Amino acid sequence: MVRLIGILVGLFFSGWLLVTLVVGFIAWASEPAVKTAEHEFHQHPKELSLASDGPFGHFDTQQLQRGYKVYKEVCSACHSLRHVAFRDLEQLGYSEAQVKAEAATWQVPGIDAVTGEANTRPGMPTDYFPKPFANDVAARAANNNAIPPDLSLMAKARHDGAAYVYSLLSGYQDQPAELLKEFPDAKTPDGLHYNPYFANLNLAMAPPLADGQVTFDDGAPNDLDAMSQDLAAFLVWTAEPTLAKRHQTGWPVVLFLIILSVLAYLAYRNVWRNEKH
Amino acid sequence: MSFPWAKHYQPTNPFMRWMDEKLPLPRFVYNAIGSGYPVPRNLNYWWNFGVLAGFCLVLQIITGVILAMHYAPNALVAFDSTEHIMRDVNWGWMMRYAHANGASAFFVVVYTHIFRGFLFSSYKAPREMIWLLGVVIFLLMMATAFMGYVLPWGQMSFWGAKVITGLFGAIPLVGEPLQVWLLGGFAPDNAALNRFFSLHFLLPFVIAGVVILHIWALHIPGSSNPTGVEVKTESDTVPFHPYYTAKDGFGLAVFLVIYAAFVFFMPNALGHPDNYIPANPLSTPAHIVPEWYFWPFYAILRAFTFDFFFIPAKLLGVLAMFAAILVWFFLPWLDTSPVRSARYRPLLRKFIWFGFVPCMAALFYLGGAPAEEPFVMFSQLAAAYYFAHFLIILPIVSMVEKTKPLPNSITEAVLSKHGDAPAAAE
Ligand code: HEC
Ligand code: HEM
Repeated sequence: MVRLIGILVGLFFSGWLLVTLVVGFIAWASEPAVKTAEHEFHQHPKELSLASDGPFGHFDTQQLQRGYKVYKEVCSACHSLRHVAFRDLEQLGYSEAQVKAEAATWQVPGIDAVTGEANTRPGMPTDYFPKPFANDVAARAANNNAIPPDLSLMAKARHDGAAYVYSLLSGYQDQPAELLKEFPDAKTPDGLHYNPYFANLNLAMAPPLADGQVTFDDGAPNDLDAMSQDLAAFLVWTAEPTLAKRHQTGWPVVLFLIILSVLAYLAYRNVWRNEKH
Repeated sequence: MSFPWAKHYQPTNPFMRWMDEKLPLPRFVYNAIGSGYPVPRNLNYWWNFGVLAGFCLVLQIITGVILAMHYAPNALVAFDSTEHIMRDVNWGWMMRYAHANGASAFFVVVYTHIFRGFLFSSYKAPREMIWLLGVVIFLLMMATAFMGYVLPWGQMSFWGAKVITGLFGAIPLVGEPLQVWLLGGFAPDNAALNRFFSLHFLLPFVIAGVVILHIWALHIPGSSNPTGVEVKTESDTVPFHPYYTAKDGFGLAVFLVIYAAFVFFMPNALGHPDNYIPANPLSTPAHIVPEWYFWPFYAILRAFTFDFFFIPAKLLGVLAMFAAILVWFFLPWLDTSPVRSARYRPLLRKFIWFGFVPCMAALFYLGGAPAEEPFVMFSQLAAAYYFAHFLIILPIVSMVEKTKPLPNSITEAVLSKHGDAPAAAE
């Protein structure tokens, strides 16, 4: 009885799937697939190699300091960094006093000690990076109806995060003529900007960086490509400040476990030495 | 409950003797996983995975309890509290990665353990109850992992919860009220997050309870073995301790190397980047996919694209998805062959390695692929084979197949493998 019902149920599911498959195949083979501009012109991120890559990856603090400077001078006008506090900057190689001074260059929301009214005050190391807009409505109003996303986790929140950020920042271009020829309706709308690395090719962020926009104290190159890499490295750090510690912890753990495996194997051989199996 | 030649617990230490009179816990352990439990001598590495699964459960409970000390189950702060664990809690990043990758490791181990069951027909009498309890554990694990994935309250958490609870909406008449009741609202929100947290904390302990029953049921007939021939004499077995404690110890160490490599060097490789974006009910991700361990069943769900007369395609997909797991409950009765091990079942063995394995590999891949052609057509083909394998091929093959001759005993099989003449067996 179980087998009979089983075979009937099996015939039902498998049979219906095969019928669907045949009908679907005919439809698929007879109708050419619809091509879209995203499909044809979207590009995968460019190669990027950073000190933090791979199992030995660590942070290049000089580069992180440069990336931080780009964030501060450019991106912070629109993007928040809400999971990062000023105190965290010590990990970029700044002293406690430097961090204190740095925090004070930012204005954060505060309360007037006398009237209790909302105001702003200079930041302290324990404060988090402030938001550039009071709320989402203000953010949209200033940015062609798009909200600039928080950047703290950006390097983890996209496939190939760091390479994506680098490619996006350095990848703005004019819309290719072939695209317009093939898809006349896909012209970049007013107020948006063409970028082949963005999922639907047009985004509300105008090219934020240009060659030479930020000057670095260490005299490092400040062309668009170099600054985009520095910024990407900085966002890898903001997304996971514990990354280097994770790698450092991992090696002793894995080596210990490999030695343990060898010893466990020898113990196993020893225990079984007189027993055939 | 055990073989007559099983060793007896004889404590010599006065404290242990006193303990044995008052609460014979050491005796219980001795008989369950110590020298008092005789086990076939020929178990291969496929038999390591039960112990590994138990290890994973303990690992998830320990890391989970620690995470729960810092996590806040409230839709307003859940995402930030997970980031707080990652950044501010001492070793919090390690606990979270250990827990998230621990869930994946648990499923890798359990899928291997279940596949061992297919390969050696471990579900057959007298071990049906062990198998049935195993399927219950698997269902509970799926529920636990699903609810756990909702807790960080990222985009995939939210949309995954919405899609999966939406499946209940496909049930005729009661579907929509049921969905609202399950979620405590029309969409996942604080009510849903709170109950998921509560149940996610509870279910692992329910699983632990069912695991105890699973092992209790195992100790009645004892373990099966790669030949599928039952234990006959003492020479067929060795005591669990030290023989299998040593072998399981080695397996555990190797498992830990691989697991640690994931936790420390590629902790996000199995996750989805969208879950690092806070949940946003107003922005639907381009592709909503569950965690990798649900992909085969997700592929089956999405393979149904046509209504069958009055049954809507969506309901059909939901029924098929549940049926895909429920069929496992019936395997002991669908497979009528007197022989267990696929080693001696040449035809079944071919269907497993050349039919079932590629079919599962395809379903694993397709469940994570976008719901577009040609992926949907391949899912339909693979899902059709999946049902045919268990419900049509297995019953028919087990009736018609000409099996190979079985060895007379485990001892004989072991000795002939080592080139000793079988007659040399005592
Ligand atoms: C004038 C405001 C403005 C500035 C300055 C700005 N951005 Fe943006 N950014 C936006 C807006 C608006 C969006 C949302 C775009 C959309 O969704 O169409 C955005 C989106 C992004 C995204 C997300 C793209 C995605 O995949 O969703 C990244 C990454 C990004 N910006 C990085 C940066 C970096 C790095 C800088 C500094 C070099 C920067 N932005 C400076 C306004 C700005
Ligand atoms: C069967 C065992 C278990 C499985 C398969 C499992 C699975 C999961 C999964 C997949 C997640 C999401 C991971 C992430 O994205 O971070 C998660 C999160 C979580 N789990 Fe578990 N879990 C189990 C046991 C437990 C137990 C026993 C507890 C507590 C008593 C627990 C507490 C938590 C908490 C607090 C979170 C949210 C924190 C976070 O997202 O990092 N889990 N679980």
